[in-house]
Amino acid sequence: MSKEIICTVCPKGCHLSVDENLNVQGNGCIRGEAYGKAEATNPVRMLTSTVKLVSTKMVRLPVITSREVPKGRMFDIMAAINKVTVKAPIHVGDVVISDVCHLGVDIVATRTIEE
Amino acid sequence: MSKLEQRELIIIGGGSAGLAAAIQAYDEGVRDILILERDEFLGGILNQCIHNGFGLHEFKEQLSGPEYAERFINRLKERHIDYRLKAMVIAVTRDKIVSYTCEEDGYVQVQANAIVLATGCYERSAGAIAIPGDRPVGVITAGQAQHYLNIDGYLVGKKVFILGSGDIGLIMARRMVLEGAKVLGVAEIMPYSNGLNRNIVQCLIDFDIPLFLSHSVSRIVGKEKLEKIIISQVDANFNFIAGTEKEFEVDTLLLSIGLIPNNYLLDNIGVIPSKTRGAVVNEHLETMIGGVFSCGNVLHVHDLVDFVSEEGRLAGHSAALYLAGKLKKSGNYLKTIPLNGISYIVPQYVNIDNIEDKVALKFRPVKPLKDIWLITKIDGVVVKKQFKPYLIPSEMVDVSLDKALFHSGNQELTLETEAKV
Repeated sequence: MSKEIICTVCPKGCHLSVDENLNVQGNGCIRGEAYGKAEATNPVRMLTSTVKLVSTKMVRLPVITSREVPKGRMFDIMAAINKVTVKAPIHVGDVVISDVCHLGVDIVATRTIEE
Repeated sequence: MSKLEQRELIIIGGGSAGLAAAIQAYDEGVRDILILERDEFLGGILNQCIHNGFGLHEFKEQLSGPEYAERFINRLKERHIDYRLKAMVIAVTRDKIVSYTCEEDGYVQVQANAIVLATGCYERSAGAIAIPGDRPVGVITAGQAQHYLNIDGYLVGKKVFILGSGDIGLIMARRMVLEGAKVLGVAEIMPYSNGLNRNIVQCLIDFDIPLFLSHSVSRIVGKEKLEKIIISQVDANFNFIAGTEKEFEVDTLLLSIGLIPNNYLLDNIGVIPSKTRGAVVNEHLETMIGGVFSCGNVLHVHDLVDFVSEEGRLAGHSAALYLAGKLKKSGNYLKTIPLNGISYIVPQYVNIDNIEDKVALKFRPVKPLKDIWLITKIDGVVVKKQFKPYLIPSEMVDVSLDKALFHSGNQELTLETEAKV
């Protein structure tokens, strides 16, 4: 059974077909082949959300995963994110949760809140 | 009557376009700059766009919206450029008098020598498309829902349907699913999606959300709160086809049906808008009023913020030239005309005498096109012919033309597509 995947490397959006031996077909360029293989074996995504914030200016702090996480773990990570409250001041890049869900990935702030 | 305050350059809007314009003008020697921002923060819409993918062109890395904004805000603050928050511009006159109100200054009228308009765009609302049926609570634009969720922390609904496959709608589909809502589908009236491929994959396919192409909402049902919607397939003329109805029980209908340049300040003083509903501009982004420049989403709606920043820089650069008396007022004007396959071109005019090195024409195709020639002609003579494997309306494209291609006395430039045989 081959997997049908739309390539997202560039906006062209080639329709890839990846078989069980990881042969990629339908790709318009070499980058599409690598993408097809990765998507078929271990699809990963960046995840962004917000956490509760104690501040005089705002109520939510935007956050992001420090690198891509397995697609299938997004809801577990969301559950962890939604348990957290942080307090200002906080700076872009500050770690809000370290090693979230034991994935070796941190949740970091994407906005500076001074007070 | 008290004397008018004076400013060299007023920038209306402190989002991605306005920030870039201010920084560029400052770096080219303009010191007396004031940015007027109506929100509580600088950064504009980027603040609520918490997803990542911004900055690939500008910073060669992928950032979230707030991070992208913060980098520009930091550059602005390093330069000590003056700005006002919660400042609402009420009017701009043809003589470049800007009236605004804010807590700090009260009601102020300022005489500007130059103005950069960077007021962004707004969302088409429910009223704009007249969906048949009731008018219950629960029908809101995708951007409003995004503000509620990402800035205010409220999830606006639990069972959601989305009308329109624009990127904000797709991104909100994922965001709401991740926060525990159920998104039952997305309907798109066109036979193709208006969102970026990446968003179709990562926001819909990843979460098994169906996309109904050539479909629209044919009925809204709900006494006080939204109870259900009915979607129907449309024919080639966008009329509903009887017998194709599908029903969805939902509490929220998100609208992601287009963005419109927020150009009211110029509309109100009789500046005729272009096809994009922004101002008509020349190659320096100068409007028909000398010294008034327009850039970013108020000029034409962009798909990438990186290109908004780039356009903001051009407006800031142009304002600096204007203030230094280096932009010729009169000159040889050439008109740009979109022909076969092209929906619009920005700029609409080129002052040949003011061209620096190159002229960049930005445009969109009218529909998805594959394997075509893109042909630029000046006064009927082909000056550039490029092969394009694909063009889609959701991606703005540009053609860069060398100064040497233009000659005094040229009248019109046309851009058209031709199928490659």
